Amino acid sequence: MTSRSRLPFYIAVFLLIAAGISLAIWRHMELGIPWLTGEQRPIWMVEARVDFDARDDSVLASLNVPEQPPGFRVLSEQAASPGYGFSVIEKSGSRRAEWSKRQASGPQTLYFKAQFIPEPSAEPTPPLRPPKARKVFWEEPQATAVREILDQATARSSTPESLTRELIRLMQPDTRTQNTTLLVAEENYLRLLEDMLNHAGIPARTADGLKLEDARRRQQLTPFLQIYNGERWLTFDPKTAEQGVPENLLLWRQGAGSLLDVIGADNSEVGFSILRQTVPALQLATMQFESKGLGFLSFYELPIEEQSMFRMLLLLPLGAFVVAFMRMVIGIRTSGTFMPVLIAVAFVQTTLVPGLIAFLAVVSIGLLMRGYLSSLNLLLVSRISALIILVIFITAGMSIIGYQMGFNTGMTVTFFPMVIIAWTIERMSILWEEEGGREVLIQGAGSLFVAICAYLLMSAPLAGHLTFNFPELHLVVLGLILLMGQYTGYKLSELKRFTPMKVYD
Amino acid sequence: MDWISPRQLNRLGMLNMNRRNVDYIARYNDRSSYPLVDNKLQTKLVVAEYGVKTPELLQIVRQQHEISHFREMAEDLGGFAIKPAKGSGGKGITVITGRDDDAYIKASGARVDADYLKRHLTNILAGLYSLAGTPDVAIVESLVESAPEIARYSFQGVPDIRIVVFQGYPVMAMLRLATKASDGKANLHQGAVGVGLDIGTGRSLNAVQFNRPISLHPDTGLALENIQIDAWQEMLEMASRCYEATGLGYMGVDLVVDANRGPLLLELNARPGLAIQMANGRGLLPRLRTIEALKRPHFIPQERATFAMDTFAAL
Repeated sequence: MTSRSRLPFYIAVFLLIAAGISLAIWRHMELGIPWLTGEQRPIWMVEARVDFDARDDSVLASLNVPEQPPGFRVLSEQAASPGYGFSVIEKSGSRRAEWSKRQASGPQTLYFKAQFIPEPSAEPTPPLRPPKARKVFWEEPQATAVREILDQATARSSTPESLTRELIRLMQPDTRTQNTTLLVAEENYLRLLEDMLNHAGIPARTADGLKLEDARRRQQLTPFLQIYNGERWLTFDPKTAEQGVPENLLLWRQGAGSLLDVIGADNSEVGFSILRQTVPALQLATMQFESKGLGFLSFYELPIEEQSMFRMLLLLPLGAFVVAFMRMVIGIRTSGTFMPVLIAVAFVQTTLVPGLIAFLAVVSIGLLMRGYLSSLNLLLVSRISALIILVIFITAGMSIIGYQMGFNTGMTVTFFPMVIIAWTIERMSILWEEEGGREVLIQGAGSLFVAICAYLLMSAPLAGHLTFNFPELHLVVLGLILLMGQYTGYKLSELKRFTPMKVYD
Repeated sequence: MDWISPRQLNRLGMLNMNRRNVDYIARYNDRSSYPLVDNKLQTKLVVAEYGVKTPELLQIVRQQHEISHFREMAEDLGGFAIKPAKGSGGKGITVITGRDDDAYIKASGARVDADYLKRHLTNILAGLYSLAGTPDVAIVESLVESAPEIARYSFQGVPDIRIVVFQGYPVMAMLRLATKASDGKANLHQGAVGVGLDIGTGRSLNAVQFNRPISLHPDTGLALENIQIDAWQEMLEMASRCYEATGLGYMGVDLVVDANRGPLLLELNARPGLAIQMANGRGLLPRLRTIEALKRPHFIPQERATFAMDTFAAL
C-alpha cells in the first residue's frame, strides 16, 4: 500500500502554490501594489498659475486641463482660487477648468494643481468618431507653393507618418527651397504645418507639452504637432520630426481648444510650476483601485472597521503555519493545539513584554484559584464556567489596579481571549495533577515559545503588508501546511528522544 | 547535548511520530472503529465474540440513580476495579483490593468509605475522565490477580504486556512494570519501566525507564534480563485475534496475565506509542514493511502468530 500514488496530491499542492504566487504577481503588475512596505513611487505635481488684470466686471477664466495625457495618469486635481466659482467642464473633446466671479478688479491669481503618475503604458482612448481633415483655402501664389511641397513630400512617403516627417524635413531652414521660403514666417510655422497636413487630407492639430523637471517655476508650454493616422493621434516634434512623446513630457493640451480664455480681464497669462514628489507605492495603488477592474478584489473596498478586523484575521494563517511547523517538524509540545496562535494574536495587540507579563499573571493566579475549585469536586462544565468568570475577575482586577498605579499596560489584558485562557488553566491544572509540575513547565514553556515565534512573524510589518494586500498568498501558506501534513520524516525532538538507540546501531 | 542522526535512525528502522500517524494510523485504522477501542465496555463485548478473555465484568453503572444502590451491589465483592469506559491512560481507575468493615482498601493501602466511591462514580458518569469530557459509563470489573512470576518485578500495580499488532500480525512486544515514579501505573511516560520482549520466545531483551536503558528495576531491584513470559504463543494469538474483532490495522493490545485465568485483554489502543522500539532496541519499520510486502497474508490468527515468531525475531 506504500505504493499508492501521492502524485495527484503533490500536483494539487503545486497548483495551489502556483495559483497563489501568480495571482499575487498579476495583481502586483496590474494594480501596482508593492511587494515591500516602504516602497516609494515618484509622482509629478504640476501647478498652473493664471494671472490677469480684472476690469472691474464679471470674469470668466477658462483653462484647458489635461485629459488622458499619453504616458501619465491623473491622480488628483484641485483648484485654489478664493472667491471664485470653480468647475471642470468637458465639452467637445476637451476638458476645461472654469473660474467665474461676478465682480473682480485688479490683479488676480488662480491656481490649478494636478498630480500625475508616470505610467508608460497609459494611452488616450481613441476618439469615437475619426476626425476629419479640415478644409483649407490658399490664395495664389501660396496655393502653388503648397501643392508643390506636398507633391514632393508625398512622392517620398507612403504613410501619414512618413509624409509628416518628410514635410517637416522639407520645411527646415537648411533644406528650404524657394517655395518654402515663400510660405514660412517664424511665427506661423506650426500653424502652416497643421494647415498643409490638413490640406493633404491628414487630420492634424497642435498640442502643448510641459517638460517635467523637478522644482521648476514659471515654465511655459512647448508646442507639438499631432496627426491622426486612422487609429490614434500621433505626436511629432515640429522641429526635429521626431515621433512620439519624449520622456518626462506632459501633454497639457491636446485638441482644438485654446489653452487659456479669459473674458472680462486683460494681460492674462499662464505659467507652470513643477515639483517631483514621492508617495508610498501602496498609497498610490489604493488611490487607483477604483479606476481599475481588479480593485473590487481588494479589502480596501470594505469599511475601515472590517478592514482592521481582516488585517488581524489574515495574520492567523501565519500563526497556524508556525504552530504546524513547530509541532510537526520541530516537535515542540504545546498545551492545546492552537492556543499559542490565539495568545500570539493577543500579543500583537498588547505588544510582547506587557502581554507576556499579563498572560503569565492571569494564568498563574488562575491556576491558584483552580486549585481551590478542584477540591470542590465540581463537574467539568460548571468548573470551566466558574473558571471563565474568575478569569474575567482577574483581568478586571489587573486592569483597575494597573490603571490606578499608573500602568496603562494593565488594560491590555482585556485582549486575551477569556474562554481560551480558562481552558488553558483547566488543562494545565489537570496536567499538573496527572503528570506533575515538570510537564506543566515543559508544555507551558513550549506554548509560550511557539506563541512568541508566531507573534514575531505576525507582527513583522512585511507579514501584515503581504497578507493584507495579497490575500491570495494564503494559498501558498495553505499549500505548505498541506505539504507538512505529509511530512513523515523525523521531528527534531525525536533525534534527541531516540538518542539511546545509538547503542543498537 | 547528545543527538542521533536521521541516517542512523533510518538504518535502525525507527518508526517516528509523523510516519506512524500518516502511513499507519491514518491509512490502516478506520475512524469508525475508534469508538470501539476508546470504550472499554464495547471492547470487552466485541472481543468476547472472538474468544478473547477479559477481566470479569461485575457491574455497569450507567445512570446517576444506580449509584445509590452501589453499596448493595458491592456487598459481596472482595476486590474490584472501577473504571471509566472511555478513560485513557489509566485515568480514573480505582482499584479496591479488600474490605475492612465498612471501609474499602485501595491498592495503595489507603482506606476510603462508600461515599468516596460514590463520588468517584458520579465523576466518571459526568465525564471527568473521558476523552472529550463527554458523559461516560462506569464499569466494575473483578480484580486481576497478576501471575506472581511477573508480578514480583513490578512495584505495586499490575504489570501488563503491550503488543503492537499490525494487520493482525503481532510485530513487537514489551512488558510494562509499574514503579514508584509512575505511581503504580504501567504508563511509560509517567515513569514505568518498559522491558522489550523477544517476539519469538517471550524472553526479555532490554529495559528502559524515561527513555534511558536500565538493567535493574529501580524500586524492586530485580534484574530485568531473564524474564520469561509463559504461554507466549497463546498471548500472541490472542492479540492477533483482536484484529478480526476490531478491524484496526495498527493497534496496541494490552494484556495481563491472571494467576487463575491466564492471559486477559485489558484494553486496546488505536494510537500505540513509539517507546516500545526503545525497550526492544529495534525499529518497527522493517517488520511493518515485511508485512506490507506479504503477497499472501495469513487469515488464521494462529498462523499469523507463528509467522511473526518465526520471522521477526531476526529483524
